[in-house]
Amino acid sequence: MIPAAFEYYRPSDMAGVIALLEEHGDDARVMAGGHSLIPMMKLRMADVPHLIDLQGLSGLSDITVDTDSIRIGALVTQTDIIRHEGLAAVAPILRETALQIADPQVRNMGTVGGNVANGDPGNDMPGLMQCLNASFTLVGPDGERDVAARAFYEAAYMTAREDDEVLTTVSIPLPEGGYAYEKQKRKIGDYATAAAAVQITKTGEICAAASIAMTNLSDTPVFSEAASMALVGTSIDGTALSAAVSAMLGDIDPTEDNRGPVAFKNHVAGVILRRAIERAWSRA
Amino acid sequence: MKDEIESRDDRVANLKGMGCSRKRVEDARFTQGKGNYVDDLKLDGMLFGDFVRSPYAHARVVSINTEEALKVPGVLAVLTAADLEPLGLHWMPTLAGDKQMVLADGKVLFQGQEVAFVVAEDRYAAADGIELVEVEYDELPVIVDPFESLKSDVVLREDLVAEDGGLPDGAHGPRKHHNHIFTWEAGDKEPTEQVLAEADVVATETMYYHRTHPCPLETCGCVASMDKVNGKLTLWGTFQAPHAIRTVVSLISGIEEHNIRVISPDIGGGFGNKVGAYPGYVCSVVASIVTGKPVKWIEDRMDNLMTTAFARDYHMTGRISATKEGKITGLHCHVTADHGGFDACADPTKFPAGFMNICTGSYDIPTAYLEVDGVYTNKAPGGVSYRCSFRVTEAVYFIERMIEVLAIELNMDAAELRRINFIKKEQFPYTAALGWEYDSGDYHTAWDKALKTVDYDGLRAEQAQRVEDFKAGKTRKLMGIGLSFFTEIVGAGPVKNCDILGLGMFDSCEIRIHPTGSAIARLGTISQGQGHATTFAQILASEIGLPADSITIEEGDTDTAPYGLGTYGSRSTPVAGAATAMAGRKIRAKAQMIAAYLLEVHDNDVEFDVDRFVVKGAPERFKTMKDIAFAAYNQAIPGIEPGLEAVSYYDPPNMTYPFGAYVCVMDIDVDTGVPEIRRFYALDDCGTRINPMIIEGQVHGGLTEALAVALGQEIAYDDMGNVKTGTLMDFFLPTAWEVPNYETDFTVTPSPHHPIGAKGVGESPHVGGVPCFSNAVQDAFRPFGNRHTNMPHDHWRIWQTANKLGLHD
Repeated sequence: MIPAAFEYYRPSDMAGVIALLEEHGDDARVMAGGHSLIPMMKLRMADVPHLIDLQGLSGLSDITVDTDSIRIGALVTQTDIIRHEGLAAVAPILRETALQIADPQVRNMGTVGGNVANGDPGNDMPGLMQCLNASFTLVGPDGERDVAARAFYEAAYMTAREDDEVLTTVSIPLPEGGYAYEKQKRKIGDYATAAAAVQITKTGEICAAASIAMTNLSDTPVFSEAASMALVGTSIDGTALSAAVSAMLGDIDPTEDNRGPVAFKNHVAGVILRRAIERAWSRA
Repeated sequence: MKDEIESRDDRVANLKGMGCSRKRVEDARFTQGKGNYVDDLKLDGMLFGDFVRSPYAHARVVSINTEEALKVPGVLAVLTAADLEPLGLHWMPTLAGDKQMVLADGKVLFQGQEVAFVVAEDRYAAADGIELVEVEYDELPVIVDPFESLKSDVVLREDLVAEDGGLPDGAHGPRKHHNHIFTWEAGDKEPTEQVLAEADVVATETMYYHRTHPCPLETCGCVASMDKVNGKLTLWGTFQAPHAIRTVVSLISGIEEHNIRVISPDIGGGFGNKVGAYPGYVCSVVASIVTGKPVKWIEDRMDNLMTTAFARDYHMTGRISATKEGKITGLHCHVTADHGGFDACADPTKFPAGFMNICTGSYDIPTAYLEVDGVYTNKAPGGVSYRCSFRVTEAVYFIERMIEVLAIELNMDAAELRRINFIKKEQFPYTAALGWEYDSGDYHTAWDKALKTVDYDGLRAEQAQRVEDFKAGKTRKLMGIGLSFFTEIVGAGPVKNCDILGLGMFDSCEIRIHPTGSAIARLGTISQGQGHATTFAQILASEIGLPADSITIEEGDTDTAPYGLGTYGSRSTPVAGAATAMAGRKIRAKAQMIAAYLLEVHDNDVEFDVDRFVVKGAPERFKTMKDIAFAAYNQAIPGIEPGLEAVSYYDPPNMTYPFGAYVCVMDIDVDTGVPEIRRFYALDDCGTRINPMIIEGQVHGGLTEALAVALGQEIAYDDMGNVKTGTLMDFFLPTAWEVPNYETDFTVTPSPHHPIGAKGVGESPHVGGVPCFSNAVQDAFRPFGNRHTNMPHDHWRIWQTANKLGLHD
């Protein structure tokens, strides 16, 4: 559990970060809270000769709530999310999710930026951001660009971010309606056996819009448009729930691990999604 | 004078002796990060050693090239078996009478096995050196199943097969197959078969008690320091048995025992993991001798989980017979024990399956037979007693599951079945069919108290209603009521039948009273968090009349402490605690003579009263123990040597037999497999209670480790012998979040043969807790046809049980 030797940098501006990334290419990695990257380095599963700590940068630790959107800096910690009353008022699903990540010690260090950028299918924030239709701002040598969370994840640890880009901001349109982040895990600190993020609105007693994303049930988070659409226009009755679950099951592709075999994961994914929808609907 | 106005109650309270919930004196340093663990030790010029480990579970080691590793700045040496062979240290004896490779000698037998030892100036250089040692392996077929192992042509241990292909006897007698280690029997085979054949009812069940690991928070490690000037070796380490380690080191290294000093500093939990001798100790000693510098070796978490001392891994088949009315008539148990690549179980030498022959449990079973076959596989060696006396968790799990299965067979309530079969109070001392003499017990009283407290009948009624509601579609949660009644067998043990490698399992205490009336006592045991410094001082306070706060307890330094066999198997209180009381009584006997002299009366005319000797019939004439201590050193008393010291070596006449009654109420989500513990009630009878607060803490800890084992904690291997649960992400260690509130309770049935009647408690809750949690899960599914499912009951396995019973249809 001792990493190979590495050079440590703590630049004070983004230009310094980009310059280091350009110089060292994929031999360099940026680090926010370090709670995904450092363990991988200690296990010598990640070889990072040049480690760039972003904690020297200013301007990446803010949470801004506007009239139509939320902006979260990459260095905002899960604890910051949990403690931010303004955020909890307009997007309570963020707090509900963050409280189910790891434990308080990890949440004090772990950041939203690191969580979404690392591309670990076990992380909870990527699925949540897909549910919320967030976008990620990437800064590179050629300037800034935005990528939708729903288009960001390509495979485990593979994302749309280029090696010389840094994810700086997560932007979320203000969510509407009821919400739920439902997660089954073996213990505190564990990744999900299955988790579902649901945001839902209603007109009268009919579902007007819905968004569903699943965590740790494929090599990427899974935004299930089909499952979302299965709810729209229904009264979220048994038929609609079954249709959404069935559509979701068509989109996920779990693999067997110590949490259990595929049949179990599919079954639990269905149960968890059903519960998430019901809870979100009750809050809509 | 203050003493004269103090009431007797005040004087008793002032001692903080037995029965007092005295706060733990250790906690001031532990809770402030001021403990002194082995990895806190830093010596001038200290080097660091670490292992190149095998990625394969079974392979020939074709070659080892250390050239590149030696080029790493700071790397000083890389030891291989070839380097240790001239010293005869490439193999070492195990506690079980087998031998184990210190470093891979031509082949490896389990993933993570020690292949080479890199010695460097610091642990970072060592880690870099490890990466650059090139080992060429030639993979061999891997066997991870003991039943397959006994049928396989693949020879795991060529060193145990004669040149002509014959099988020499092992340490425990003849072997049936080249991968077979021993067969061990207890009881009567033929009469048991006869009883089973003639019985009204026979219940049969096969169960697997999975492999798990004690996983102490502090991993294993040591610092070896050879002083070449005076020829003395000092070895600091995480040793649960420092004296035994000193003797073993002397025997295998040839260094005379007086030139070896073993020190166990603070230890962060042991639970059996730190009983054995590991290659890291041997390599550190050799490296220190070679370099002349101190050498530290500390396991990381993965090393600890994957290589040092696992627990359990017992495949058990039982047959239990009874009359139609439920009176048990016979029990048959067969175990196939998976010991891994080397037999490194930590058991008394004459007991290769530990005290598995306590498997008749708390029941009066007239006829029984036990047979255990030990088997080699490509898994890590070990087989220690994880928070239990030797293999007692396995025995109690076995019988408490067999009772439940028999209850199903008889269509009877499992609580009532237990009640019918308990050994009765008047039957003690009771000799069980498999040989042990239970010293004392009152099982019916404990059971009735437990069932009454939890309103057992009410719980059953609620459960029946829940089943109806489930069938009617009103709920998706089932309710399980887990019962367990256990009898432990602890305090090993009488030297006549308990030894480890010939070392008798007595223990010891040496007391020195200081002139001003305080004291130091040293013992042959070593606390790993149990609170010995607190409780042993309490025993002494009550025995010698000096306040516990004025008594220092010291353990773990073989140069100062008297010889003893260490702390495991709940033996500290039953054995060293007894030695403490006996040594205290020697102090008191001399104090009585001194008091009589000072009071100018005959020895028999004074009597002990809490903290003083008083003249019989004239309590106003007295000498306090403090007065006596001063006089012992400073007054010339005719016929009495100066000083006030005593030492006692205690060889227990019998084991002690703590027992308890546990009830767990659990709700189980059938659709997700998630169990929720609604209530856990634990009644323990550990005989005389020394410190109720510490007992409660021990019970909480033991139950939490029981919850872990029952509900998810395992060392799992894939077919290639890869460990699938080598980190704390996958190896379940419960946190406060997963742990319920425990209700604790007690009865007191003192041990008749122990000087203070104490029996030991640290391991009871683990022994009784595992079957209780498991029975709760199994009981929830009983109304739907469940008979037995194997632990660990993690979410997917519970889900699978529900699925197989058709509860998802």
